[in-house]
Amino acid sequence: MDHIVQALAGIVGKPYVSASAEERYFYGRDPGLMPAHAPDYVVLPRSVEEIQAIVRLAGREKIPLVPMGAGMSLSGLVIPQRGGIVLDMKRMDGILKVNEAARYAVVEGGTSTGKLHAHLNRYYPRLRFSTPDSPAAATVAANVMIHGQGRLTQQQGFNSDMVSGLEVVLPSGELCRIGSCALSDDWFSKGPPLPDLSGLFLGWFGATGILTKVGIKLYPRKKMRDVEIFITDSPDFVPGILYELTHTEMAEDINIFAQPLPLIFSGNHHIVIYFTGDSAEEMEFKKRTLFHALDGFIKNKDGGFMTVGEGMKKTLLDMPQRSATTFADVTKGGGFEYSGPIVPIDRYPQCSRKLDELAVKYDLKYHATARIIDKGHAMMFAFSFTFNRADADMLNRTRMALSEASEYALSIGGLFWKPTLDEQRIALEKMDPQTARLMKRIKEELDPQGIMNPGNWEGI
Amino acid sequence: MKYAEILHRCFRCGYCKFTLDYENFNCPPYRKYRFDTFAPGGRMWLIRAWLDGEIENSERFQEILYSCATCGNCVEHCAFTFRENLVDIFIAAREEMVNGGRIPPPVRDYFKAISIHGNPYNLPAAQRSSWAADLPVQPYDGQEYLFYVGCVGSYDERGRKIAQAVSRNLIRAGVSFGILGEREPCDGNEVRVLGESGLFEYLAETNIALFRQLGVRKIITLDPHAFNAFRKEYPAFGGDFEVLHYSQVFSRLIESGNLKPGNFAARVTFHDACYLGRHGGEYEAPRNILRAIPGVELVEMRQNRANTLCCGGGGGNFFTDILGGEGDSPSRIRVRQALETGAEILVVSCPQCAKMLEDAIKAEGLDGRLTVADAGELLDASLRAH
Amino acid sequence: MYQLKFDEKRCLACPDGACLVQCQYLKYEADPARKEMVKIFRGEDSPVLQDCVTCYACEEYCKRGNHPFYLINERRENKGILTAPRAITRQWIHIGEPKGKYELGRIGKIALSFGFMPQLKEITKGRLFEDVMPSYFFGQEFFCNVVYIHFANTKVFKERLPVVIQNIHKLGVEEVVFLHDECYAAFTSLAPAYGMEVPFKSVHYFEYLYNRLTALKDLIRPLNVKVVYQRPCSNRLCGDSHLFLRKIMDRIGATLVQRTYQDETALCCGSIFRAMYGYDLMADVQGRNLEDMAQSGAEYCIFNCHGCMNALSPLVAARGMTPLHLIDLCRMAIGETPEGGQ
Repeated sequence: MDHIVQALAGIVGKPYVSASAEERYFYGRDPGLMPAHAPDYVVLPRSVEEIQAIVRLAGREKIPLVPMGAGMSLSGLVIPQRGGIVLDMKRMDGILKVNEAARYAVVEGGTSTGKLHAHLNRYYPRLRFSTPDSPAAATVAANVMIHGQGRLTQQQGFNSDMVSGLEVVLPSGELCRIGSCALSDDWFSKGPPLPDLSGLFLGWFGATGILTKVGIKLYPRKKMRDVEIFITDSPDFVPGILYELTHTEMAEDINIFAQPLPLIFSGNHHIVIYFTGDSAEEMEFKKRTLFHALDGFIKNKDGGFMTVGEGMKKTLLDMPQRSATTFADVTKGGGFEYSGPIVPIDRYPQCSRKLDELAVKYDLKYHATARIIDKGHAMMFAFSFTFNRADADMLNRTRMALSEASEYALSIGGLFWKPTLDEQRIALEKMDPQTARLMKRIKEELDPQGIMNPGNWEGI
Repeated sequence: MKYAEILHRCFRCGYCKFTLDYENFNCPPYRKYRFDTFAPGGRMWLIRAWLDGEIENSERFQEILYSCATCGNCVEHCAFTFRENLVDIFIAAREEMVNGGRIPPPVRDYFKAISIHGNPYNLPAAQRSSWAADLPVQPYDGQEYLFYVGCVGSYDERGRKIAQAVSRNLIRAGVSFGILGEREPCDGNEVRVLGESGLFEYLAETNIALFRQLGVRKIITLDPHAFNAFRKEYPAFGGDFEVLHYSQVFSRLIESGNLKPGNFAARVTFHDACYLGRHGGEYEAPRNILRAIPGVELVEMRQNRANTLCCGGGGGNFFTDILGGEGDSPSRIRVRQALETGAEILVVSCPQCAKMLEDAIKAEGLDGRLTVADAGELLDASLRAH
Repeated sequence: MYQLKFDEKRCLACPDGACLVQCQYLKYEADPARKEMVKIFRGEDSPVLQDCVTCYACEEYCKRGNHPFYLINERRENKGILTAPRAITRQWIHIGEPKGKYELGRIGKIALSFGFMPQLKEITKGRLFEDVMPSYFFGQEFFCNVVYIHFANTKVFKERLPVVIQNIHKLGVEEVVFLHDECYAAFTSLAPAYGMEVPFKSVHYFEYLYNRLTALKDLIRPLNVKVVYQRPCSNRLCGDSHLFLRKIMDRIGATLVQRTYQDETALCCGSIFRAMYGYDLMADVQGRNLEDMAQSGAEYCIFNCHGCMNALSPLVAARGMTPLHLIDLCRMAIGETPEGGQ
């Protein structure tokens, strides 16, 4: 047996190490479009001590390390670019504590969003977190690591903004607490009022350290939840509609979708507005306020509230929303990928037109979705294409469409979300050189050997 | 391979791993091994890779393929429309593997035993009805029902007790039934799920011919695995019988007043068998029995009905033991779940579940705190008390 | 092409201007009402063209056989005056577009039409329908297209309705029982008003239900319940069908409680108002309607249209009344249990 396998087996136990072709095949890929790169080893650690030992081993042997959750970024972020060890974090799936009064939970580095969701449903009916649209197997840690978004993003910002503390294993193997938990038993802040060190880890995709614990802020959960959809026939009205809606401060989540099929949706832009309340009065008040906010658009016939059928409502209110995943099978092909740059909301019309153009140019099935971030400070606009995994030409055209979409987003002042390696490189190149240099310094300081998810945030 | 055109549609999203409410992982091999390769998504991608020549048949690949318990949790919870074929796909892959001739030795031994002895225990057919030696159980000779006992019920020490209890209940209720005894063939369900479609076809055709020759029209099965084979698979070979699981028969008899359970005081919980529940669609009949016994307090485990955690015996693992019983095996997790309800008795409706869970209780050191009883045995005990 | 049959002389000689006088949303006296309709006919501007909310009631109020609402609709289209937001209109046009996904039962000489309302497929079960079922058709190919008159649009139904008539005719049916008002109205009111020939007999399901209940009267056990009825906009286009409602209620032993908003003064469910105008008008009519229902002490609110049901069921339920379709009420009367409640 390979001495690395032996060493790893000594740390996590033989059943939880593999260098087999099967694991190397599976963990070398994700369901998106990025090319495969097989790891050499896959390990399933169960404790922080095990992770520290693995990191020290990797440091001694100069083996790359890639921590992963469920691998659902779709942009290949946990495909091991230079082989090495993949740490599948999902055995560390505990919920360590829930502080109801201070509204936070502390979970392990591999705890799934589904499990947290179920736990709160069962034991804390007055608390919720910002559930993302990714499948329930996606982990809380990975979701905040990639600055994911969820149901509370319109109200609170990126899911990473809702982090309340971290525990990190540094590339040196040392264990580090980030935020209030470094000084106190409470995980109520990831930084303030002290210097905010969470930025050294969040968004780095594991290139600067491994998240072993995540404090996640929880928010009030109301008894009732409903959804309405406002439709408009031109993307040009969308920014104004969003501005009025966000001004009311009444909405929970605001999403937009536009797609050519099925026909009922064709040509319109659908602004999906969620709202919650503890009583019928609260709900009616919020609904009335939201409706009246758009009176101007209604009066000019520029938009109206459509009837949402029972079936559609059920799908929309589902949490996590399974229909976000089943989009993958539209071509009976098992795949979709999107470029979802973060842009100011007034770029919606441009992005929408660009997507229509790309779909025609590359002959692809597509839809546009957008999610409002932090009451309209920005939005995630997704150029989303569904592809048939068994059709090589379609895969290729999809890659080209996505690449063009990304370039376009950058050109209109947007930022890549969960950027692929190419997008990371482009971002570093376009960035203020001092900023890029600062990032380089941080990466080199924390990971001098360059073993942490290598390839990511490497560049100039 | 059948269903090969579905393989590439798997998005490896992981919904298949969970219970309905995401509270727990519910795929038995995934719970044990925790590599994504042992979850349904892993199997889908690896089978495709194997068929495309990107990976080869290996011991590890065989372990991945044969550790699937065919429990149907993925069929229940996969987000996509092809979910209903997931277990079929894993069985089809096993068929490919069997045709290729390189399969795990325990699987090969199982097929050999069935082929030669007609049962997996390598015991003589003559002993098949010895469990009924002290009971007034009649040979089948045109009675209303054929009571099909199956290999586990006939030969396994634990299974035989259940067969005896169920027979006693049937006799008490005056049900007209008979058994085939040493003529009873293997139903073939495990042969099929282990991938020997040729042998299964042979068994099905032989059995159907025998049943027809004897004039069998209605069958009561002891084992949900036989229930599944006769109901779902035999029609394709011309087998057209009315098939019931014994729990359904007892449920009806209790309702019609032909069986009057006596007092039996116990706090019990019920473990749904995958082949009766998820595959068979029957969740209530065994519960009806329990609810009808005065003194029995039924408390449900959180994971019940379509969310049941498979005991790990399905998919042939009861015989091949590939999924195994060490560490965090599903059966051990399950008995811990049962214990949490405060129940003294863990009730099952399948002889394979019975043995798997009993072994797990021992392994967990819970002897004395929790007992396994089949619903038929509980009913038998309550009727004897009457 | 297809021209609306509207006789100006009937307006000029009209004694009461009932169309606009009885209108629940506009305020006109008899003389100005008459004059206003003539102005509209002559293509002049009128506040009616801006303010009419498309409730269809004036089609019923006019006892002289003219078509005031169809005229308003025409003139709006001529002048490019929109009622609904463009996106809503577009969506509705897409909804009704034939897609080749229609469903046919075993078609006989008489058939049930489910139009393009999937809920109707679920509700037509049991003995009441056994003499016609399984002779039915469903799909956009059989969609009545009447809804487009809410949207200041005649173009769509002028294009599609003749094709629908042909689609039905090609099935070889002689008589169709329409399970929704708008379907019935399409072939008995709208088509004739535009000179379209309809080569089959149209029966409203109220009449059909009444005849079936009569035939099955030995099965009826009087329900002895108090009910209120939500009369849809579309029923205004359905001639005398409304008269069957009380006869049905009497047959099944249900007491139809008198209330303010009934028969000619019925109030819309509000779902069209919501789509077209936003919150206030919808909330107003729904509020008044529900208050009126609630005061009746009725156990059930009976619906004739799934559009109304979707809009009002939660509100009705919140007031302690059970929402139920008329067909389900009739099924209960002959001892059947409707599935799924609504």
